[in-house]
Amino acid sequence: MPDARSAILAKLRADRDAHPLTPPASDFTPIEAKRWPDDDRLPRIRRLMEAVHTEFLDATDTDWPAVLREFLAREGVGTLLYAPETEVGKRLEREWEREGTHEVERVRGDPRCERIDPCLTPHPSHAPHGPLPSPGAGEGPTLIPYDKPIEDLKPQLFTAIDAGLTTTRGAIAETGSLILWPSADEPRTLSLVPHIHIALLRADALYDTFLQAMREQRWADAMSTNALLISGPSKTADIEQTLAYGVHGPKRLVVLVVRS
Amino acid sequence: MADGTVDFAAASRAALQDPQLRGNFRRAMDGLMGKRAAQFPDAAEWRGVRELAAAVRLRALAKLPELLERLEENCSRNGITVHWAATTAEANAIALDILRKVDAKLVVKGKSMVTEEMHLNAVLEDHGIEVLESDLGEYIVQLDGTMPSHIIMPAIHLNTKQIAHLFKRKIKDAESREDAAYLTDLARRVLRAKFLAADVGMSGVNAAVAETGTLCLIENEGNGRMCTTVPPVHIAFMGLEKVVEKLEDVPPVISLLPRSATGQPITTYVNMISGPRKSGEKDGPREVHLVILDNGRSSIYADPELRDTLRCIRCGACMNHCPVYTKVGGHAYEAPYPGPIGKILVPQIEGLETRGALPHACTMCNACVEICPVKIPIVEIMGRLRVEAVRPGGAVKDGGAKASRAEAMVWSGWAAMNASPTAYRIATLAMSRLGNAAPSSLPLLKDWTRVDNEAVRSKPRFATRTLHDLARAKGIPDA
Repeated sequence: MPDARSAILAKLRADRDAHPLTPPASDFTPIEAKRWPDDDRLPRIRRLMEAVHTEFLDATDTDWPAVLREFLAREGVGTLLYAPETEVGKRLEREWEREGTHEVERVRGDPRCERIDPCLTPHPSHAPHGPLPSPGAGEGPTLIPYDKPIEDLKPQLFTAIDAGLTTTRGAIAETGSLILWPSADEPRTLSLVPHIHIALLRADALYDTFLQAMREQRWADAMSTNALLISGPSKTADIEQTLAYGVHGPKRLVVLVVRS
Repeated sequence: MADGTVDFAAASRAALQDPQLRGNFRRAMDGLMGKRAAQFPDAAEWRGVRELAAAVRLRALAKLPELLERLEENCSRNGITVHWAATTAEANAIALDILRKVDAKLVVKGKSMVTEEMHLNAVLEDHGIEVLESDLGEYIVQLDGTMPSHIIMPAIHLNTKQIAHLFKRKIKDAESREDAAYLTDLARRVLRAKFLAADVGMSGVNAAVAETGTLCLIENEGNGRMCTTVPPVHIAFMGLEKVVEKLEDVPPVISLLPRSATGQPITTYVNMISGPRKSGEKDGPREVHLVILDNGRSSIYADPELRDTLRCIRCGACMNHCPVYTKVGGHAYEAPYPGPIGKILVPQIEGLETRGALPHACTMCNACVEICPVKIPIVEIMGRLRVEAVRPGGAVKDGGAKASRAEAMVWSGWAAMNASPTAYRIATLAMSRLGNAAPSSLPLLKDWTRVDNEAVRSKPRFATRTLHDLARAKGIPDA
């Protein structure tokens, strides 16, 4: 409504000019002063995030796909959604291929995906019926590429996918938060819909504060359509202040820390 | 009340008689106060970041019209369609129009106080559109057919047992289990199907960045991300005061909001939306709309003293620490915004005629002012609104609505008495001799001594000798 627009703006302008307001200077030093020594950032991030049920895996540039594989097998994860155009996605495909278990599915209702009833088992390993049998030798979790628009993936995305793998743009020591920067190659829902979100964090991409990260990465110059900070798995305390994990988003968040 | 007038006194008396409700609130508020305190162990850090957050909000208000224009420009450049609404009726019409264009039948909503202000759900339902609140607390309240009782924790007035009964009655195949994890999981199953099927997702906005055209939303559950990511259309609603100038202004606000609200260092998700799905992207809504609502805010902005109301970042800390709110709960206020911020915001939006009782629902203890992360002088504004309620023709909607001739006469008599030494002496002498003989049913005394016509307090006793008498006896001469 163009009329509402000009009326509102004209009124605000007249009111402000009649009583101008001089704000105090914005002194950012209380936030800029928050600093942690290099060696303290990762332990702090880990402590803060583990306090809200985030899980951590330690890996290196060389062995992270193997560490990931081992985790997926241990937890009985049948299907992993990934971004095939990213470096991480390509590496994943190569490794799965090398292991001779290249099972990149063009998504369909694979009965394997139904092995875990994702709605009923917040922690498959803690499920009443015990851990699911690990895939045998030579049988890896199925990789599913996120290579088409969500419209073509929607029902499977919500029902048949156990885990999603994303990269991060670093993490923040002050609050224990991962920075996610979804893009054409790495869709937004990869970190939202699958029951387990696995995020790859480079151990040298750590920041003290949110402010420092957005300044050094020059966010204001070009924002992602959906920049995100993620500080744990989905949670709620709306029922009598009792914390419950996995209400709408992922039930588990797993940070795969990669050292050079 | 039927005519829309809030009778806070009656509603709060009813709440005080409900031990279940009082127990639920007491437990929740004690927990929240403790958790908040634990997030601010360093007083210097609190002072510094608080000064900064207040400065950020004041700078936004100082440049409000320019920032709103810049926000619109940058949002449009990002592909977000911006709409302006002077009233809640206009905002509802805009929403309906967008829904009609995409032939929407199912809407999922993330938490939005502005849409509560608009009574949007009722409007959409009247038009045959199914609306589902997806924040767990809001979902519970919607199933229960009631109103949120807290801006951050809408279902805080209910305990697990009550929610278990509600789910058993309302959700197919629900088991009767008083277990928060089970109930949460049940809601997950119901709502995931709805996120998948929804035509439109709706949300509020915690801060809108003029510099980059970015909408910031914070939440723990992921329902906000679902509503803004999965359905093909996203409509965001914001009060016009929610703008900040720069992206760098977001960290100070985000630093204080979750710590003040729920005692968390940060919420699970900070969701920053700068546009719909771009070409080549595989997900995200195809359309993003931003509805900027005035609904009386520009009138609040007109008054340099009342303007501070608009600094609010909606953390709810003021209610968690309010000795009145923590006893009576949120429903007694009969408003979308309860507690201290509601007591100053709601009368200014809806008028002093129907909401004039709210600024009086306060002991003026100042706890809310001490705790406010953006330093809103809530108690001063409350005092101002009490004056505006009895002063016709003032700055606030329905100013003077509570003016009473009897009260005006009492005050002018009081002023005259204090202006004349002779009148003062005669009056104090009369009071010390005869005051105690006055029956407690006398008009003004009755307001103090009786509640619902039942004697609840004893009458104040007048001293038999005046202060002047006592001073003279001590040898202090009259001036």
